[in-house]
Amino acid sequence: MLELKNISFSAESDGRNVEIIRDISLTVEDDKFIVITGPNGGGKSTLAKLIAGIEKNTAGSFIFDGEDITDKNITERAKMGIGFAFQQPVRFKGMTVVDLLRIAAGKNLSVSEACEYLSEVGLCAKDYIDREINASLSGGELKRIEIATVLARNVKLALFDEPEAGIDLWSFNNLIRIFEKMRSECKGRSIVVISHQERILNIADEIIVIADGKIAKKGSREEILPEITGTESAVNICHKMA
Amino acid sequence: MVQMDAVQERLFKEVADLHNIPEGAYNLRANGESIGRNTTANIDIQSKTDVSGIDIRIKAGTKNESVHIPVVLSQSGLKEDIYNDFFIEEDCDVLIVAGCGIDNCGAQDSEHDGIHRFYIGKNSRVCYVEKHYGSGDGSGKRILNPVTEVHMDEGSIMEMEMVQIKGVDSTKRTTIADLKADAKLVVHERLMTHGQQQAYSIYKVDLNGDGSSADVVSRSVARDDSYQKLDLCVVGSAACSGHTECDSIIMDNGRILAVPSLEANNIDAALVHEAAIGKIAGEQLIKLMTLGLTKRKPRNR
Repeated sequence: MLELKNISFSAESDGRNVEIIRDISLTVEDDKFIVITGPNGGGKSTLAKLIAGIEKNTAGSFIFDGEDITDKNITERAKMGIGFAFQQPVRFKGMTVVDLLRIAAGKNLSVSEACEYLSEVGLCAKDYIDREINASLSGGELKRIEIATVLARNVKLALFDEPEAGIDLWSFNNLIRIFEKMRSECKGRSIVVISHQERILNIADEIIVIADGKIAKKGSREEILPEITGTESAVNICHKMA
Repeated sequence: MVQMDAVQERLFKEVADLHNIPEGAYNLRANGESIGRNTTANIDIQSKTDVSGIDIRIKAGTKNESVHIPVVLSQSGLKEDIYNDFFIEEDCDVLIVAGCGIDNCGAQDSEHDGIHRFYIGKNSRVCYVEKHYGSGDGSGKRILNPVTEVHMDEGSIMEMEMVQIKGVDSTKRTTIADLKADAKLVVHERLMTHGQQQAYSIYKVDLNGDGSSADVVSRSVARDDSYQKLDLCVVGSAACSGHTECDSIIMDNGRILAVPSLEANNIDAALVHEAAIGKIAGEQLIKLMTLGLTKRKPRNR
């Protein structure tokens, strides 16, 4: 379980102090699938980065499974079981896909184990396992490998920052299946996804709408989804891709 | 039965991924002596009589067999020059694993200079893996100066994976190759230096036959106060294609001189080189940290 207590974050921009996250408190219960949505620039990605320790909050505290992790760095939080899939994954020239998956798994994964993770994200494993994570991979391929690194880690709390961005319609179906499988496979695991996609919102237990650095709405899917359908916070995939 | 001590076992594991006696042909050398050898119906290993080293002969048509010839040095102050020649006849498909591990806990320098010569027959395919590794906290240096010569007949393929992981104080690695028509050479070199280490890596590849090709890629990391010079040269003297690439990461006070070079002696030679040196990008570090690595550890990869 992750608790956010009065989290705020501000940063310098053009010589001015801008408040990006303002006093957010919320709880991510075990076994929950939570989707954070809201208008662009509202602070969603920043909030996810604060949870992973990539950005440092200026006020408030994080409690993870009863332990205060506010002062823990990225590595320590990762080791405690927080996983993060970036919106725009980085490339690693010279490193192969299997190398990265082995780092993610923290052990010398066999090739067949690594292939399973790649198959999960819809990549034909034998074509990719020895590929370098360089410019020869497309954005969509990179994104799927990014998701595979989180699957390989077997985390307690998985954060996905706009996992659907750059992914085509077919793999979008796959993505939904991955989330469902992740949930069913591990008891006590929670998943937090940042997304505008109606299809992803549709499988959420809870939806949190963040706007202007604050929680604008929060509640069960049944409560929140009808309120936001048709707005920028809940976009139909076909509509957005057209 | 082969007897080895714990240090030797560890070194064999580092350089050849050997946990046990390998299958197929092998020659295990420790502290200047052969401590185990096996030949097969198709692969023969004989000691040289004039100099130190072995001749490895692989019969025509040998497929899916392997040869392991790792060397370890765990005595301080040992210096050796070893000549290993590989004669690979036509239509083979073999894996050759070499490599050298030095553990020097003493005050004297330990040095292993391996000279490997490959004669690869027509249409044969060879995968060659060579790993160099040093350990031990003595003041004696760990020195490795490998020379690799590759002579490739028509239609042959050579894939080389050349790795120096850590702990080698001084190295001069020289690799030269000549290729006849339709031969193909692929080299992946990975080099990491730290402390006060110095590494020179020199490649010279002569593309002499029409349709021959070479892809020589070096990835390296220079940490602490170490220095590397990477000198990759491809010479095209026929209708051939060649590519060399140095991609290096510098850290701390590390220094790297990358000199990729091309020489075209034929109007149909298509040659490309690339070189890049820089520090590891912040966002790459962050990604690796979210996978549980510490800030320092990613740089060892």
